[in-house]
This record gives sequence, C-alpha cells and structure tokens, in this order.
Amino acid sequence: MTTTVLDPTAEQRPATRERSQRPESLSGLTVGLLDISKPRGDVFLDRVEEALCALGARVTRYAKPTFTKPAPVDLRHEIATQCDAVIEALAD
Amino acid sequence: MLGGTTRPSDEVVALIPPNLVEGTVEKVAVNAVMAGCRPEYLPVVLAALEAICTDEFNMHGVLATTMSVGPILVVNGPIAAAIGMNSGINVLGHGNRANSSIGRAVQLVLRNLGGGAPGGIDRATLGHMGKQGICFAEDEAGSPWNSLAEERGFDRSQSTVTAFCGEGPHLVVDQLSRSPESLTRSLAASLRSAVSPRLVLGMDGMLVLSPEHMARYRDAGWDRARFLAELTEYLMFDTDEIIAGADGIEEGLPPGLAGHRLPKFRPGGLLVVHAGGPAGLFSAIIGGWISGPGGSDPVTREITP
Repeated sequence: MTTTVLDPTAEQRPATRERSQRPESLSGLTVGLLDISKPRGDVFLDRVEEALCALGARVTRYAKPTFTKPAPVDLRHEIATQCDAVIEALAD
Repeated sequence: MLGGTTRPSDEVVALIPPNLVEGTVEKVAVNAVMAGCRPEYLPVVLAALEAICTDEFNMHGVLATTMSVGPILVVNGPIAAAIGMNSGINVLGHGNRANSSIGRAVQLVLRNLGGGAPGGIDRATLGHMGKQGICFAEDEAGSPWNSLAEERGFDRSQSTVTAFCGEGPHLVVDQLSRSPESLTRSLAASLRSAVSPRLVLGMDGMLVLSPEHMARYRDAGWDRARFLAELTEYLMFDTDEIIAGADGIEEGLPPGLAGHRLPKFRPGGLLVVHAGGPAGLFSAIIGGWISGPGGSDPVTREITP
C-alpha cells in the first residue's frame, strides 16, 4: 500500500541574495528616510536627517500611507531607484 | 475533504499573507484536515479566507501588529445549522467540532501556507486564545432582530461569513436590569472601556448579545436600529475627561481635542451579534483594532458550495 503525504506548507524557500555593498562614506550619496507613519516617527527622522546632512549626504523623505500595511510597490520602487541607501523608522 | 466543495482543487482562493502564497483549494483542504474539519465545513473555510485576504481586512497588518488581535469569524445563514455549528451554550468556547475546526483551519493556512508564524511576521505582544481559531454562528432563529449578515446587506437565505479583527471576548455582567433603558446604559458603560477607556473612534467593536439580554429588547419592542441609536447616545465622551493627563493618566487623546464630544465608535463601527445559551444575563464584548482604510474593516463573504 502506498501512502501519500500532503504538505500543508507553500513548499517554497526564500530566495537568498547577496547584500548590497556597504558604502565607505555617505558623503554625496542620497539616503532615503522612510517614515512608516507611526506617531512621532517624523520627530526621530528629523534628527536623523540633520545628522546625515552633517555627514554630507543628500536626504530624501518618504512615507507609507499607513503603518498597518506593507509599503506600496510603487513606493518601494521609487526608493530603490532614487536612493543609494535607506533608513526605515518605527516609532511610537 | 475536497468532496466538500465543487470548486476545482487547483483553484486559487486567495493570496495568503504575509508571503502572498497562492492558496489553492487543495492546500486549504490539507490544512482543514489537520484542523479536524469535516468536508462540509470546507466552503466556510474557503469563504473565510476570501474575506480576510482582502485589502479591506488587511490580514498582513492584523498578523504583524503588536496588538493582540486576530480574525473573529461569524457565520450566518442556512449553512450554520446544516453543518451543525453552535450558536448557543458556550458559543465562544469549545465543544463543537465545526466552530472549533473552521477557525483553526483558517489559522493553520495563515501559518503553514502564508508563513505568518508567531515570532516571525506575527508580532503580537500577548495574542489571545481566539488566535487558535475562533468561529461561531449567530442565533438567528431566536433573535427578534435582523441578522448581522442582513445588516451588512445580505439576504437571510444566503450563507455568509463575516470576519472582524478582534481581541479575545470579555464578559459583561448585568443581572439586574429589567428595562431596555437600564441594560443599554449598562452595556454602554462596559463598551466605553473596549480596548481602552481613554480611546475613542479609531477602533471598532463587536457585542455578542445573549438571549436573556436580548429578551429585554424583545419585550420592549426595540429593534436593532432603536438599540444602536440609544446605545450611541451613551457612548459619547466629553473629551476633556479622557485627554492625555486627565485624572493623572498619561494615556489619552491629544490636547488639541479638548472641549469636544466624540463617540466611542465610528458610525457602523459596532457589530452586534445575537448568540449564547438560553440562561445567563451576560453578554460579551470583543474589542477591535485600528479601523478603516488605515487598518482593518470587517468583511462579509457569501459561502458558496
């Protein structure tokens, strides 16, 4: 008698990718700051922006429409194509 | 298990979050077997997944939040009796195979198929026992009111499942009210503390009204609309009382909202369901999560064979 075992999972494995190379310096690079729209996340990111600008980085700000949902694909694409690095803030 | 539905086994029912995996009827059926479902429960499981895997319900966010919430499933219509669901004694508890296994199957699909495991994407600080799986039927036959599904635009002949993002239930005890006015005030007093007595709007709620509490309204001739209208009056807050810092409590509304009167729930934000055993002057409150497009809206789907 043959027994067939059915798999309740997605039978998928996460793709592995090499990490992007870490920049030697932020000077002259564009750093994206993603505010997930939690209260006071902007307060934190304002300070981060000041610090990054002092290091010579250009800063571009982004925000998720709501912290309760994943960032829209278009927003992720925008950040990926416009920035050299990104910092995401979670705050309450 | 697949004999419980006419849908083909390779049909994709929904993209299951958080990994947005194609949830085929067959994969759902495998999890339904593991949950202990009978084949005739499968259509309910499939419809429940269709309901929660929508942008409106936002199952990804419901999983990922640190708040202790999960999908609360309410079944209406003929299928509830046809598959032996419980709408009576211990309705929010254990002891009925359909109630216990349908909710469990949905949770297993989220975990096994979608990849939403606690400690991974599921970040709930505390969780609640309903996240094992919670599904129950409304007692429509014993209710003088239109059902939850009718209230949400469906016909009484249709079978539906409504998904509400909620905490675990907690009891409201009122054994002395003999008038609908008194009981309404009493229920409102408890509902004012749903999620937090310092928070208004922003979060929905569910009230499971028991038969003996419903009797107060039946006897007085109150319908659902009258009940909700009266209840809403008692759920108005003077914001000065719950502003951050009032009464020495730092939790509360921002100071800019002082001097207003605001309702506890948005219009339509309190779902009322009739269920429970025939004896006992108790009802139950299930607090919600962030409501609306920035959080989760309740979603009702028809259950089809």
